[in-house]
Amino acid sequence: MNLMTIFENMDYGTAPETSQAALQWLDQHQRRFGHFIDGKFHTDESEQRFDSRNPADGTVLASLSAAGTDTVNKAVKAAKKAQSDWSALNGHQRARHLYALARLIQKHARLFAVLETLDNGKPIRESRDADIPLVIRHFYHHAGWAQLLDSEMPEQEALGVVGQIIPWNFPLLMLAWKVAPALACGNTVVLKPAEYTSLSALLFAEICQQAGLPKGVVNIITGDGTTGSLICEHPDISKIAFTGSTEVGRQIREKTAGSGKKLTLELGGKSPFIVFDDADLDSAVEGIVDAIWFNQGQVCCAGSRLLVQESIAELLLAKIRARMDTLRIGNPLDKTVDLGAIVDPIQLQQITSLVKKGVEEGAEIYQPQVEKVDICDNGCFYPPTLLSEVEGSAYVAQEEIFGPVLVSMTFRTPAEAVQLANNTRYGLAASIWSENINLCMDIAPKIKAGVAWINCTNQFDAAAGFGGTRESGFGREGGREGLYEYLKPRHLATAKPIKAKTKPGVSAGISTTSTQNRLDRTAKFYIGGKQVRPDSGYSLDVLSPKGELLGHCGEGNRKDIRNAVEAAAKATSWSQASGHNRAQVLYYIAENLSARAEEFAARISEQTGCSTKQAAEEVEVSIQRLFSYGAWADKYDGAVHSVPMRGVALAMHEANGVMAVVCSDQEPLLGFISLIAPAIAMGNRVVAVPSQTHPLSALDFYQILETSDVPAGVINIITGNSNELAKVLAAHYNVDAIWYWGDAEGSTLVENESTASLKRTWVNYGLSRDWLSPTQGEGREFLRQATEVKNIWAPYGE
Amino acid sequence: MNTTSNLSTLDLPEVAKTNSASTHRSASLPKTGDNEEARNPGTDLNLDTIEAIRVNRSAVERRCASLGARRSVKKDYQVAWLLKAISFIDLTTLSGDDTPSRVRRLCQKARKPIRDDIVAALGIEALKLTTAAVCVYHEMLAPASKALEGSNLGLAAVSTGFPAGLIPFELRIKEIEASVAAGATEIDIVISRRYVLSGDWQALYNEVKAYREACGPAHMKTILATGELGTLRNIAKASQVCMMAGADFIKTSTGKEPVNATLPVSLVMLRMIRDYHQLTGYKVGFKPAGGISVAKDALVYLSLIKEELGNDWLCPELFRFGASSLLGDIERQLEHAVSGRYSAGFRHPIC
Repeated sequence: MNLMTIFENMDYGTAPETSQAALQWLDQHQRRFGHFIDGKFHTDESEQRFDSRNPADGTVLASLSAAGTDTVNKAVKAAKKAQSDWSALNGHQRARHLYALARLIQKHARLFAVLETLDNGKPIRESRDADIPLVIRHFYHHAGWAQLLDSEMPEQEALGVVGQIIPWNFPLLMLAWKVAPALACGNTVVLKPAEYTSLSALLFAEICQQAGLPKGVVNIITGDGTTGSLICEHPDISKIAFTGSTEVGRQIREKTAGSGKKLTLELGGKSPFIVFDDADLDSAVEGIVDAIWFNQGQVCCAGSRLLVQESIAELLLAKIRARMDTLRIGNPLDKTVDLGAIVDPIQLQQITSLVKKGVEEGAEIYQPQVEKVDICDNGCFYPPTLLSEVEGSAYVAQEEIFGPVLVSMTFRTPAEAVQLANNTRYGLAASIWSENINLCMDIAPKIKAGVAWINCTNQFDAAAGFGGTRESGFGREGGREGLYEYLKPRHLATAKPIKAKTKPGVSAGISTTSTQNRLDRTAKFYIGGKQVRPDSGYSLDVLSPKGELLGHCGEGNRKDIRNAVEAAAKATSWSQASGHNRAQVLYYIAENLSARAEEFAARISEQTGCSTKQAAEEVEVSIQRLFSYGAWADKYDGAVHSVPMRGVALAMHEANGVMAVVCSDQEPLLGFISLIAPAIAMGNRVVAVPSQTHPLSALDFYQILETSDVPAGVINIITGNSNELAKVLAAHYNVDAIWYWGDAEGSTLVENESTASLKRTWVNYGLSRDWLSPTQGEGREFLRQATEVKNIWAPYGE
Repeated sequence: MNTTSNLSTLDLPEVAKTNSASTHRSASLPKTGDNEEARNPGTDLNLDTIEAIRVNRSAVERRCASLGARRSVKKDYQVAWLLKAISFIDLTTLSGDDTPSRVRRLCQKARKPIRDDIVAALGIEALKLTTAAVCVYHEMLAPASKALEGSNLGLAAVSTGFPAGLIPFELRIKEIEASVAAGATEIDIVISRRYVLSGDWQALYNEVKAYREACGPAHMKTILATGELGTLRNIAKASQVCMMAGADFIKTSTGKEPVNATLPVSLVMLRMIRDYHQLTGYKVGFKPAGGISVAKDALVYLSLIKEELGNDWLCPELFRFGASSLLGDIERQLEHAVSGRYSAGFRHPIC
């Protein structure tokens, strides 16, 4: 164009990044790839092939192989073989390998960025300035963790072979989030990139070769969901780490239920972006650009639900519309575009139909005629879109659109903002905008999410954990909290299956023996601070090992569980109480138990047949355990992560909320206290199902609770058939987490039933635990399971 | 395929097409339009507006950091943008050792900012490119005025006890009047920083309003000396008060503060200009000054203006660079564009 014309119009023109080197790399491989297994590329000619396309112009970039059973087996076998040597390396040796990976990716940073943009459609600015730098940072950071692991986490060890399934929205970044911590902790991996975007993972495989990573430590196999299923079902895999849709996350939860595989799921979201009337509105608008038009809105934590205070709504929306007008969409390789291509025509169609539905339901739509830059007709492009006048009940207000579509609603008060923010099945992230620090710090902890960004959004760093709650999944990636997802306590290696009881301790029907000369005592349930009779009207006999009738317990059913969960859900003030206050209650419980120690010991002994001395020890350890958690209540501190920002990233430990604990038959009192004490110490409210065979210790215990200032609803106790009750609890949508200590069957049941709500589960797979031992029976392992880590990012500076 | 400036419709889904409406912009903001071309007369001091101003520094800095990466201009576009940047320069000398001959040299450079052979090679003779103005102390107005005779360049004088603004108030007014009488078409005044630092917005308003009256037909650039105002929020508030008091331009710095023009400061001031325009319909100009010495930075400033205020502001009536060494770097870039060889300073006439 003529200089004079440009001088007049002041247009930007194009600024294309060359794709030459990336295309050359593809050509070197004849645009045809196999799988990376045991340090080499393999091709199985019998496998089906599929194409990877550039969504910006529809061209085929390369042909890929869909891994079948043989390939998956081969990859897992290679990983398994490599694992013992890899985990036998000391931390420093593993650190050197991770460091080499970081350096090599850095050296080839632009090649990775261009390849990523070609394959995924994201703007080169993002792959160059966000994705790849974060990848490098992740490997550096975890090289450091490998170095420090032996000294920082001596009680933990690697899991084994980890199966990792990653999405297409941040292909290499998600690979880094998965691979770096896994390797740092001594695991080996079998990773499957998303079928739309496998290329950067294959380039990474070459980097592994160059870096001299031992063979089999990293294995990368391509394919679609079928390959993913094979990985999930493979018996030699110890853990699955998945990032992707909630729907597939559920399938994986179901497939892995009862397998003993550790699981982390990072799933969908409908994250709120809350703007208060005292926010810097112009900055909030830029925040919205970063929240919903970053990566074309194809971000699990995208701030897709704008909640704006009514008094400034009109002004803010006008500013957003004006800002939308200046966005540029087009060739992702152009350095001046804000929005690139949508990853695939299927996604484009999905976005289009959801927006259509939103408009049909009454949303007002704004789609500016944004400037198109070097756009190709065959590309998948969708314009930035604002849907306003949307009510909470609208489909688009509840469902994840996963595209550049912002949905806006208004609120009147901070309380209503929280209510609307939490009115979702998801719980991944939140962005909060106000210049009032009091308001921000009040709101951030109240929002159900794993991440809260104050006056910023979409901030990520290797040092800060990322992950969600509710149907956004569980587990964290990044930071110290993320490392535990790739480790297990060493004591688990020696855990033995619990011996099946030959004689059941409870039975339905009427026992023929009598309770001899004692005055009859009626053990009830304990719900909402009251003793309650079972809804069913049935009781179970509680028998001694010799078959003598010791007493009765209520036979709980789903309605009793419903009532107990309701009571627990209401007792919210416990979660807000200070650690000091909770400690006081725990010490008081211990004090009152101590006063009745002999009686409790006798009860244990008559139920289990153990010696008086053993029973007395169990009571004594129970008292100590209550003291331990009284001590922990105000000491399980969060952290301030060192993220590269002027500000703080606060890793706060928050209670899960309502927890179900299903207790072991081992040590009827200690097994019960070992689960409820950490849960309530951390501020959870608990529905407990005591030992099925020896329920009387826990039932006696509610008298202690009644005299120990435990607020109503904080601890609720229901007896009966453990597995039946566990099933109802695991499926309950208002139970945030469940711990199960029983048989293998029940463990499978609990994991299966948790599929709908995607709650956190912690089960024993039928393995025993030495409750008397302080290393196995208490401590940080329990506290981690009793809490969620929320990372609150708070930049500062006036 | 090339950039489309005519914004032909994207191939959008049906639902989108029917609802597309870029005219929707600013729907709920006060209508503007009547005052588009008029000079800002100022308004009453509205303290509610001032007190409601919020600025989040970290967010402002993030926006500035990403801007350079979000927008870039290459090849012919870069050349054209650099030429445009020249047309925005207030070529400045504000030194204790300024003499008439030094000022004459500056004015000649302002009239002919790039070498004839470069102009010819670019084929832009028709632009008759000059800088926007020259900017000097009052004592140098006479030689400058003479040297600029017959040109369309503005002649700016710094005033009101520049750079500290701490001479008696009456003398500051008299200085403005004297400079206008001596031929200055633009007056760059400095505000009393103490009014900002003590939150005395009424005093600041009164002062600037008085200066504006003294300026008469000369356009008034209000130097905030942002490096001395402490916080971005103070800068935002001072910007707004100065516009209410009738500033034609708001300007970042004297060039004498320890920190002069920065992108975050500029972004905050531009957002205030946008708000003022939305509230009143009047367009106020912006002049970053001090510290902008390389061509690349100038391009980032231009895209900042384009992004935040739009192309309307990319004209000398509404945007200036206060700079002395920037021109030299732009000349070198232009010679590189023409010759393919990296240039050297000695190949271009100094100013």
